[in-house]
Amino acid sequence: MDYAIVFLPLIGSIISSFFGNKIGTKTTLIFTTLLVSISAILSLIIFYEVINHGYFSNRLIFNWISSGKFNVNWSIYIDTLTSVMLVVITFISSVIHLYSIGYMSHDPHQARFISYLSLFTFSMLTLVTADNFLQLFFGWEGVGLCSYLLIGFWYKKPSANAAAIKAFIVNRVGDFAFAIGIFLIFLFYQTLNYDEVFSQTALLAQKEIVFIGIEFNLITLICLLLFVGAMGKSAQILLHTWLPDAMEGPTPVSALIHAATMVTAGVFLIIRCSPIFEYSVTALNIVASVGMITAFFAATVALVQNDIKKIIAYSTCSQLGYMFFAAGIGAYHVAMFHLFTHAFFKALLFLGAGCVIHSFKEEQDISLMGGVWKKIPITYTLMVIGTLALTGFPLLSGYYSKDAIIEFAYLKGSTVGYYSAAVGIFTALLTAIYSWRLIFKTFHGKYNNKNNKITLIHESTLVMLIPTAILAVGAIFVGIAFKETFIGMGSSEFWGQSILFLTKFNQEHPPSWLVVTTPTIVTLSIPVSYYLFIKNEKVLNTLILKNKFIYNFLLNKWYFDELYKYIFIEPLKKLGLFFWKKGDINIIDRYGPDGISKIVKILSDKAVKFQSGYLYHYAFIMLIGFSILLTYLIIS
Amino acid sequence: MIEITLEHYLILSSIIFTIGIVGIFLNRKNVIIILMSIELMIVAVNINLVSFSIFLQDLSGQVFTMFILTVAAAEAAVGLAIIVIYYKNKGSINVEQISSLKG
Repeated sequence: MDYAIVFLPLIGSIISSFFGNKIGTKTTLIFTTLLVSISAILSLIIFYEVINHGYFSNRLIFNWISSGKFNVNWSIYIDTLTSVMLVVITFISSVIHLYSIGYMSHDPHQARFISYLSLFTFSMLTLVTADNFLQLFFGWEGVGLCSYLLIGFWYKKPSANAAAIKAFIVNRVGDFAFAIGIFLIFLFYQTLNYDEVFSQTALLAQKEIVFIGIEFNLITLICLLLFVGAMGKSAQILLHTWLPDAMEGPTPVSALIHAATMVTAGVFLIIRCSPIFEYSVTALNIVASVGMITAFFAATVALVQNDIKKIIAYSTCSQLGYMFFAAGIGAYHVAMFHLFTHAFFKALLFLGAGCVIHSFKEEQDISLMGGVWKKIPITYTLMVIGTLALTGFPLLSGYYSKDAIIEFAYLKGSTVGYYSAAVGIFTALLTAIYSWRLIFKTFHGKYNNKNNKITLIHESTLVMLIPTAILAVGAIFVGIAFKETFIGMGSSEFWGQSILFLTKFNQEHPPSWLVVTTPTIVTLSIPVSYYLFIKNEKVLNTLILKNKFIYNFLLNKWYFDELYKYIFIEPLKKLGLFFWKKGDINIIDRYGPDGISKIVKILSDKAVKFQSGYLYHYAFIMLIGFSILLTYLIIS
Repeated sequence: MIEITLEHYLILSSIIFTIGIVGIFLNRKNVIIILMSIELMIVAVNINLVSFSIFLQDLSGQVFTMFILTVAAAEAAVGLAIIVIYYKNKGSINVEQISSLKG
């Protein structure tokens, strides 16, 4: 069963990529979706086993590398943490496979698309089922590759290619640090297997090492390097710039990769490595701070964006920030819970956005939409459910996970904890405002689109609406259904060995004012947003005019892209140009290949002159040669 | 009267040979002259052969000379035939204009 979960998507991918043309597009799509769905059902069974019987297994596939002390296996390691990820990945993936059949129905390369999706699912599954850091890294790069392929799926669009390359390169920065972290682990632990690494961490907690001339605590350094890797994959601030651009890819890709699964790999890494992170307070504080800043930053940017997918992308970024600061304050199980619920409602929002884009004939700008909620009531309802869940409206899934993060942060009792709670509440407010702005601008108000007649706006096909509806059900109920299991009183039994808590969490009940604050803010923000964005736009416009600077600052995403362009891209481009023009062309080529060929050319030009074609020249040279030979023979 | 020794014959043959060689280089006009120069060189060699045959009291050198003369006659015939064909094709047998060997 364990093998089937991981390898069915791979089989699907291979079949659809190599035999997609032979067995027909439709068969391929259905077949691949079926395989992933089987995988999802098996994952649910395993998840059930884990909840009820504490299922655990570590199956060896084969010995991958065995060289001296270096021993790495390919294996399928399933514990509680993995089982949760398995459910998220395979379930969302199968739903999105189904959705893609509808969404991509006009695309000529559906088999390629579905094959990439399945390959991605396989990579992600290898990532989460790894029992050592190397296999994790393999999966990590695998999902990076699939992300690249899928962002650049419409490779005829230059912007899609640019976005794909950007995603790849920005991730390289994180992966570089991640790889160094893995090297360090091997250097000091002599192994990469989780069990051995985690059991030795306590012994190495006090070790100090010198790295690039600065003395670090070993554990802190390893944690920070791993975290930089996680930052790249999970689009945390400084390495987040690729995520909004990645929206160039088809919408199902955004839903699967850039909302539900791949971007959460960073969070998964932190939680998986909780036995290491727990020994470094510094690293945890940094994780929490970066998470906080990202949550806040991304939410502010999302306030003013106009592209429907970019708003949701920034929202993802912001929610990932929540997960990181939850992990940073040591509440790994809450981070995991938020990851779990977030996967559902964020994928739902993306799929809903996909339906909207489909209805508007590839229009993504929300200022060109509006007033269509009566025309597409199902999409509207689904989007509203997603938004309610995202903002943390009481009783929907986001409410349980997000409030839990804020409460745990408060209960932590440290400075970082209080800051996190405050930022969490404020970001929740921003989240509510930008989410409702999206809903109101898209579905309410005046109809602003000149390219499409409003009468032509219609619902998407059932094959798109059904998967979205399944996710909507998930977005409503997973919070309430799994709250007790994930973060309730008995949660430590559920998580078992997969998460380590050095200090027990404060089991007190959070103060009631805190429990009430967030839901109140979130609920109140609905009428406020309605007033601001629909009823009385003048207030908003004067606000924008008065604070033009801040508005532009947010609209340009805090000028991160410009800053990077100025700091990194331009100098690097100049440096590259310098090496190319001066180094390559003027030195290496000039004295290397070009120089040698030039000398050969000169010599052969000279040699050509001998070959005049005149008989008497040849005879003369023969004679001279003969006389020289003769002279030599006579003299010697 | 001076006695004519081997040296005289050798000097004569080398003079004729040199005239043949120089005839090849200095001639800028006619392919036939080249042919004639080659003929001269063959004759020079023949003189060498005959004189050595007398000097060594061995007849085989003179026999060789007879063969060489025969072959030279045949060769001259072939050479002239080539020149005739060449003239028909190119319309000229001027040495200055024959440079189709040039790469």
